[in-house]
Amino acid sequence: MSALLSIRDLYVRFGATEAVRGVSLDIDPGETVALVGESGSGKSVTALSVLKLLPYPAASHPKGAVLFKGRDLMTATDAELRQVRGSDISMIFQEPMTSLNPVHTIERQVGEILAIHRGLRANAARARTLELLAQVGITDPASRLGAYPHQLSGGQRQRVMIAMALANEPDLLIADEPTTALDVTVQAQILTLLKDLQQKLGMAMLFITHDLAIVKKIADRTCVMTEGEIVEQGPTETIFSAPRHAYTRHLIAAEPKGRPAPAASGGTIVEAQDLKIWFPIRAGLLRRTVGHVKAVDGIDISIREGETLGIVGESGSGKSTLGLALLRLVSSTGRIVFLGEDIQGKSWKAMRPLRANMQIVFQDPYGSLSPRMSVAEIIGEGLKVHARGLGTAEREARVVAALEDVGLEPADRHRYPHEFSGGQRQRIAIARAMVLSPRLLVLDEPTSALDVSIQAQIVDLLRDLQAAKGLTYLFISHDLRVVRALASRVVVMKDGRIVEEGSAVDIFERPREPYTKSLLAAALNLAVVEGGAKT
Amino acid sequence: MNEVLNPAETRPTGWLSPINRRRLDNFRRNRRGRWSFWIFLVLFVVTLGAEFIANDRPIIAMYKGELLVPALVNYPEAKFGGFLALTDYRNPLNYEEIEANGWMVWPPIRFSYSTVDTAVPVPFPSPPSWMMSWQENCAGLPGGLQDPFCINANMHWLGTDASGRDVLARLIYGFRISILFGLTLTIISSLVGVAAGAVQGYFGGWTDLIFQRFIEIWTSIPSLYVLLIISSVIAPSFWVLLGILLLFSWVSLVGIVRAEFLRARNFEYVNAARALGVSNATVMVRHLLPNAMVATLTFMPFILSGSVATLTSLDFLGFGLPVGSPSLGELLAQGKNNLQAPWLGITGFATISVMLTLLVFIGEAVRDAFDPRKTLR
Repeated sequence: MSALLSIRDLYVRFGATEAVRGVSLDIDPGETVALVGESGSGKSVTALSVLKLLPYPAASHPKGAVLFKGRDLMTATDAELRQVRGSDISMIFQEPMTSLNPVHTIERQVGEILAIHRGLRANAARARTLELLAQVGITDPASRLGAYPHQLSGGQRQRVMIAMALANEPDLLIADEPTTALDVTVQAQILTLLKDLQQKLGMAMLFITHDLAIVKKIADRTCVMTEGEIVEQGPTETIFSAPRHAYTRHLIAAEPKGRPAPAASGGTIVEAQDLKIWFPIRAGLLRRTVGHVKAVDGIDISIREGETLGIVGESGSGKSTLGLALLRLVSSTGRIVFLGEDIQGKSWKAMRPLRANMQIVFQDPYGSLSPRMSVAEIIGEGLKVHARGLGTAEREARVVAALEDVGLEPADRHRYPHEFSGGQRQRIAIARAMVLSPRLLVLDEPTSALDVSIQAQIVDLLRDLQAAKGLTYLFISHDLRVVRALASRVVVMKDGRIVEEGSAVDIFERPREPYTKSLLAAALNLAVVEGGAKT
Repeated sequence: MNEVLNPAETRPTGWLSPINRRRLDNFRRNRRGRWSFWIFLVLFVVTLGAEFIANDRPIIAMYKGELLVPALVNYPEAKFGGFLALTDYRNPLNYEEIEANGWMVWPPIRFSYSTVDTAVPVPFPSPPSWMMSWQENCAGLPGGLQDPFCINANMHWLGTDASGRDVLARLIYGFRISILFGLTLTIISSLVGVAAGAVQGYFGGWTDLIFQRFIEIWTSIPSLYVLLIISSVIAPSFWVLLGILLLFSWVSLVGIVRAEFLRARNFEYVNAARALGVSNATVMVRHLLPNAMVATLTFMPFILSGSVATLTSLDFLGFGLPVGSPSLGELLAQGKNNLQAPWLGITGFATISVMLTLLVFIGEAVRDAFDPRKTLR
């Protein structure tokens, strides 16, 4: 059987940098090939160059051929490429919000594809659109035809994207991280849907992802990419059971491992009772409050010294807001007791001395460091507030110590954030919090923006720091694998309320609530459990 | 651990952060902007010392063994045998007395902005000296061609205005006062505007709402008419005029600074600073202001040129600086009233257009230097 798509020795060059260097891969009809790699490995660029969707002439192909059904797409004219795009080969992208045009209805967006490639108009197009929407599992598609993208949830938007991609029954579907922006339960549903559709329609799929769990679940063959080259390819089982290349082994080993140390049963660090954060919804001319968005709706929580409390939940469950409220960074109602002191009524000024003991690390290492300050200034800023008596030399010494604690070179302190990678930046953010020797550290999705191998390193770092300094963590994450590696106690949140709470072992091994079960199944096995969350 | 012991070795050289160094390089690379900047700087520095370039007094003089600095010190005429409170060094009697008992160093132009030259043979406004022969130029002097004042430094290179004052001297002083006025107005209104915009953007909510409505009402007042009314009631001086213009010019930066603060106040590094317990004022100055400074610095040259143009137009209408002050607007007005003397209008026009063009070129270069997309090239 001859290959459907065959990439031969492909090079992609941006200016002076070569993003892809000599990639060759074949996709047979009906086959799913996964292209795995970390950010910057060139996997998306490879996929985009199949349809010549790169920003030419900034990008160029010094060498290589892309044969689709025996025809070279590299030398095809624009008109020929347009025939192939969306008809024989279609793509789905990572971000369903920006991939759909916000000012057009669903019917119009799907109908446009049908009109261009099939010449279907009016009633014929509408019938086919309904059929497609039903096929991708959108309930009551007729009522959804007039909807705009913002009226749909993330999962529904991705389903519409898939419907558009399937509109012309392509031979090859290129999926570029199609589930990365979605919640775990929705991710599991979308993956199941893709797999079903592929079998039903007999199309081939090139699946680009950084997530090895997805690869294991979905792909027939796997190509591992790093630094613009495919270092290993073969059947998925072989890759996972007997990886040959060092990088593949590194990637497979990079899953967050280890289990938390048993929690020391210290005193209570922070405790909240009936904590509520309601954002008013105002309407009408007089802006009367007509209702509330209940971000956090009556939560009782307590964190004991030396433990790691994991808070898990899907996006919109209020877990990040809860973390911010415990530090009094957003206003809330209810009692918050920090180190035996009621802090709810305290003014911003009165809170200041306490802040040395409660620190936070944010999700996005690119946004959380001021681009105009050197690393030493960033880390030393808290010391200027909380240790005013400190001389320049002493402050410098503490900054150096903090940098060494998080595994960075002390000499790096004169450099600026943009000179560091994502993982290094997150270490700087941790050092900024650690330099004040806080009792409580809130970690708000600290690993979500990082590559898997870096994630594992940060998890190890956090565990080591906790052991060395007796820290207490509030670990907020949607990534259950990371939570399992770190948390000793877990709280599951949904819609601003606590669904289930218990020791990590209990939650992961013996979940009681159906919601927890579906969350675990989706996150750890990418399986869809009936009665779980709906998209 | 060596680098810990000797932090100076690993510290990056120079006092500029890498971002600012890149911006400076970008500015330098813009040839038009760089040249405009240097030309403007030279003109500005030169005119700052206007007293030493165009003056009706010598810079230094030696009289009977005593070193005098007439350019900076007022000496009574009694010192040289006269009786007036101030010495007129251009008076032939005083001139010959000092020359006989010492020496004088005169500036290259022997007129100040207010000096009326009575020795011009033609009716005012008199044409530039190079349009006439030496005989004509020196015809009004007591000694004719042999007179010690029959030299280039005592000629009106750009003619005189309708009152017999040297146009070039008035130009130099007028340039200085325009730029100083513009700079002062720009700096003060930027300070007020940035502060107001920062407070609005950072605190948002009601503060923002009330301030914004106030600014909307304030800017809808027709400022030119208010200026005209006020300056017809209060005698306009440099500072009064500055104050009146300031009332309306501070709003120009508020919008941009407010928008930058609104955008940046939810950045994670601002949240991180708040979580560290940093005070509001410090967060605003250290974390948010640098964001707003890019927009502010980009706008500043344009505000400067706008201020200069406003002052010129007020002077042109006769509502500006007090009568007799050297000003470019007044020169333009004279040009309009004396169409038979085109050198007045042409000089004023050329000076103002060169000045504003230089400022706009500098402004463009600054704007491009701060543009992050430019740096990728």
